Amino acid sequence: MIRDIVTILWKELKEILYQRGRLRGGWVGLLIIVGVFGVFMPLQSGPEWVESPLPLILWSWVPFVLVGGVIADSFAGERERHTLETLLASRLSDQTILFGKIISAIVYGWSLALACALLSLVTINAAYGKGNIIWYPPLTAIAIPIFSFLIAATASGLGVLISLRSASVRQAQQTFSLAYFLLFVPVFVVPILPEKIKATFLTWLVNANFTQIGIAVALILILVNIGLISVAMMRFKRNQLILD
Amino acid sequence: MSNYAIETQGLQRDFKTLRAVDNLSLSIQAGSIFGFLGPNGAGKTTTIRLLLGLLEPSAGEAQVLGYDIRTQAPEIRQACGALLENHGLYERLSAEENLEYYGRIWHIARRERLQRQQNLLESLGLWDRRKEAIVEWSRGMKQKLAVARALFHHPRLVFLDEPTAGLDPVAAASLRDDLGQLAMQEGVTVFLTTHNLTEAEKLCHQVGVIRQGRLIAVGSPEELRNRSSVPRVEVRGSGFSEKLISELNSRPEVKTISLRNGSLWLELNAETSVTPLVSLLIAGGAQVEEVRRDKASLEDVFLTLMEEEK
Repeated sequence: MIRDIVTILWKELKEILYQRGRLRGGWVGLLIIVGVFGVFMPLQSGPEWVESPLPLILWSWVPFVLVGGVIADSFAGERERHTLETLLASRLSDQTILFGKIISAIVYGWSLALACALLSLVTINAAYGKGNIIWYPPLTAIAIPIFSFLIAATASGLGVLISLRSASVRQAQQTFSLAYFLLFVPVFVVPILPEKIKATFLTWLVNANFTQIGIAVALILILVNIGLISVAMMRFKRNQLILD
Repeated sequence: MSNYAIETQGLQRDFKTLRAVDNLSLSIQAGSIFGFLGPNGAGKTTTIRLLLGLLEPSAGEAQVLGYDIRTQAPEIRQACGALLENHGLYERLSAEENLEYYGRIWHIARRERLQRQQNLLESLGLWDRRKEAIVEWSRGMKQKLAVARALFHHPRLVFLDEPTAGLDPVAAASLRDDLGQLAMQEGVTVFLTTHNLTEAEKLCHQVGVIRQGRLIAVGSPEELRNRSSVPRVEVRGSGFSEKLISELNSRPEVKTISLRNGSLWLELNAETSVTPLVSLLIAGGAQVEEVRRDKASLEDVFLTLMEEEK
């Protein structure tokens, strides 16, 4: 099964990176992402980019966006380009195809986010280091790979579920964009909360143990991911996919 | 082990109120090329999907290479190759990469994969363009590549769903030749659906005719022609007057008579000597250049079968 998943990963990454039908293909897109998050933004922000709590939020958000950009294509794209039935007629098992698609998106989003995080360190040190090494705070350094992985997995699981039932890539992308909207719900909701609740929340936040919160959020994400993948496994039916 | 690559007994598939495949019973000899003929919507593609275990039958049984389609679908897909309704190729990738992907899926060793790519692409005339993204290719070239992909892992049985559909006559003939040659070289059983009767006639050892999900005839193209056709005679010459034609028409052995492109076409009621008819023509003043017995083509048989079923 692992060998087959690697095969799917090989093909998916090739399709993402070598979009030969388009000018210069996916490499241009990749370079833009790396340039913006690994060079341009760190240069604009200065050492804050590394030392503040901002990177943890950013490196959790970036894989969500990156995975979202490719996962809609996983099944809806194969269906739209009429390659799905041939894939389903191959020797690959249901689980292999499903996990192959999920893992490919995770690998793409997670590795790119980590590459950007490392490059931004290089950028900050080169521009502002002055002989000293500027590094993420230890807990942040541990949390970045963990959270960016878990968020990439959430986006991948959710995206596959949507893509499985979407008639076209466009429809899958539109449905997935609702998930982006959910990310911004706190931004809209917090300002309209009653003052008393806001004050209680702030007090809790100031006194909170971030390590414990981090562990709790990670556990919640793990449960969410298990749930999403389980539902996707239940909804992956060759019979249904052929007729869709 | 059975001599049959495919055996079905009363196979049936319903989609809500539509019965797409109706009580299909078939036996297809291993190593043969079987043509499944039928008009659009006759149930050909659904039959392939059932045989590959991609759809569950509503009733009936089928064994493909000895595996049960209900319980051993993964084993069937492992042993078979398929070119379905669409070529199913990844157009952003090159020909080489498309074959590489399916070679890896079938766990073919790297050295063998490369050798196989070269053999198949060379025999299909695609080797020189193997590194191009196939999005630029013609439909005929893509279909050839899809055939190569279907045969790549040396399947024992290959399903080809209308492989020449949408191709121009030259491309279709070229693909047909390649298909016949490859099938012979590889010793593979071929289940081919088509509504191109010339294709079936040229390629297939056995054909089945399906209409509205029901199998209405099965046999070799020769058997079908013999079974369904009436003896026909073409008389080439001149001086076929109306009086002569009506005189011939009154003969008991003549079923129908028509004059087309300067030839007189006679359909006879039974296999009988045509000497008295030719003598009658000559005595009536006609100049006879050539007399040729003719059998109905598979197309005639097919159209007759479709007509009878109506």
